[in-house]
Amino acid sequence: MAILSVEDLSLSFGGLKVLSEVGFAVEDGDIFAIIGPNGAGKTSILNCIGGFYRPQKGKVIFEGSDITRRSPDRRAALGLARTFQNIALYRGMTVLDNIKLGAHAHLHTGLLKGLLYWGPAAREEMALRQEVEEDIIDFLEIEAIRKLPVASLAYGLQKRVELARALAMRPKVLLMDEPVAGMNAEETEDMARFILDIKEERGITIVIIEHDMNVIMDISDRVSVINFGQKIAEGTPDEVQAHPEVIKAYLGEKRD
Amino acid sequence: MWFFLELIANGIAVGGVYALIALGFVLIYKATSIINFATGEFMMIGAYFFYTFMVMLGLPAIPSFLLVMLGSAALGFAVERAILRHMLGQPTISIVMVTIGLSSILLGLAELIWTSDFKNFPPLFPRAPIIMGEVVIRSNFFWGFVIAMAAVVVFALLFKYAKVGVAMRATANDQMSAFSMGINVRTMFTVAWSMGAIAAALGGLIIGNIGGIQPTLGMVGLTIFPVVILGGLDSIAGAVVGGFIVGIVENLAGGYLHEYVPGDVKELAPFVVLVLILLIKPYGLFGKEEIERL
Repeated sequence: MAILSVEDLSLSFGGLKVLSEVGFAVEDGDIFAIIGPNGAGKTSILNCIGGFYRPQKGKVIFEGSDITRRSPDRRAALGLARTFQNIALYRGMTVLDNIKLGAHAHLHTGLLKGLLYWGPAAREEMALRQEVEEDIIDFLEIEAIRKLPVASLAYGLQKRVELARALAMRPKVLLMDEPVAGMNAEETEDMARFILDIKEERGITIVIIEHDMNVIMDISDRVSVINFGQKIAEGTPDEVQAHPEVIKAYLGEKRD
Repeated sequence: MWFFLELIANGIAVGGVYALIALGFVLIYKATSIINFATGEFMMIGAYFFYTFMVMLGLPAIPSFLLVMLGSAALGFAVERAILRHMLGQPTISIVMVTIGLSSILLGLAELIWTSDFKNFPPLFPRAPIIMGEVVIRSNFFWGFVIAMAAVVVFALLFKYAKVGVAMRATANDQMSAFSMGINVRTMFTVAWSMGAIAAALGGLIIGNIGGIQPTLGMVGLTIFPVVILGGLDSIAGAVVGGFIVGIVENLAGGYLHEYVPGDVKELAPFVVLVLILLIKPYGLFGKEEIERL
């Protein structure tokens, strides 16, 4: 069953058409990749799913309900987590504090409740949160750096911390915007392994945007190709690689 | 020697109140990146609220105090919802102009409602001054300091440990990622404005209790500006340290320089120190480095 689907999505800024009638369905438990040349509209699709852009036309459906008009924070609470292309960690805070913020969504943000949150129920909640945090820290192998401020870490590690923060939200679907961009070979391999582990051990569905074709073709279950705001192909990695439109978009046309 | 200690003690007392008003700037700036030039007027309105509840309506001091907090929270809420929310995404300079306009409007409203006559609070604290050795602190200063510090500590704890505070810090850091963490960023803006208005109003109440109130009380906001810039616009610790520095510098200048430099040397001195510190630390003592300069 599709856990997340996008139907007929159209987005424009003034006269600039960014997306036109893009649609796809992401199966529960899959790794779904969106690829395409620079400026094709990939991040715009993520922003529509995350709620930062309001599409002029079309729907975003999550677990059978239409969330197109929901605000981004509500979507996060429903189980959509996100990592960013440019690391969006809280730089002055420690790794652990950043991860704790990820768990924030599950405490309902009433002002008074937030001020007066106390008592046994709160303690129970805290214990549960701690378990989740420890579990995630183990899982992503960042025990050694948990107390360090984020700003002092290497780029690859920061990306991993951002992933940890997203996982702390206990999401059903994880949206990843270029998780291996700018990484060296070893970091890329680590990240690819973590992404696969997230899918296999945690059963989280992943929607991923990436330029690194090797990674995409290795880990994805389905790939959708976007060019100039339109979907030009979709299928398994092998099908997509052999698709004439895709070859045209990436390599250009042969001139006679 | 006693004269020096007395100047320092009074400087600290006034500095505590400055720190509280500075928090009015900092809380709003931290969450929304807006410098609220109407902070002084928020102070003034807070003081008039107190006057209204206590003198005009005859309520006892403590309920009046609580009503001031409520009233100024409502003011912050209304300003954010009615005006600043519509300015989201506009250039910083436009938003700053809006807050300057807002300060004029509030000043005018205050004159309409309460007239421009000078008014006094009834005595709130025992009149006997606080005496330590030969250092004498006026009781209004002393109690004002106690209340201001208590408020500063409460705000700081809220910001550091309460869920709302953590969410506000996250919002300040990065709005987009705060949103995708499930934080309602718009609500956080409203909360920040309400908290900032409460801090300013409490400060106004204390200042009004010391020197009486009139609609131009908001001009004190200008004195607070070096405090905020000095400490760094987005730092609570900075507001506190900046408040003490300005309070002490003011008193020392007033005490020692007055006979050589007649006139308002007391008001001028903090700005001189401000310029000197900014020459060395352009982002203030505790400020983060990406602050946008105007």
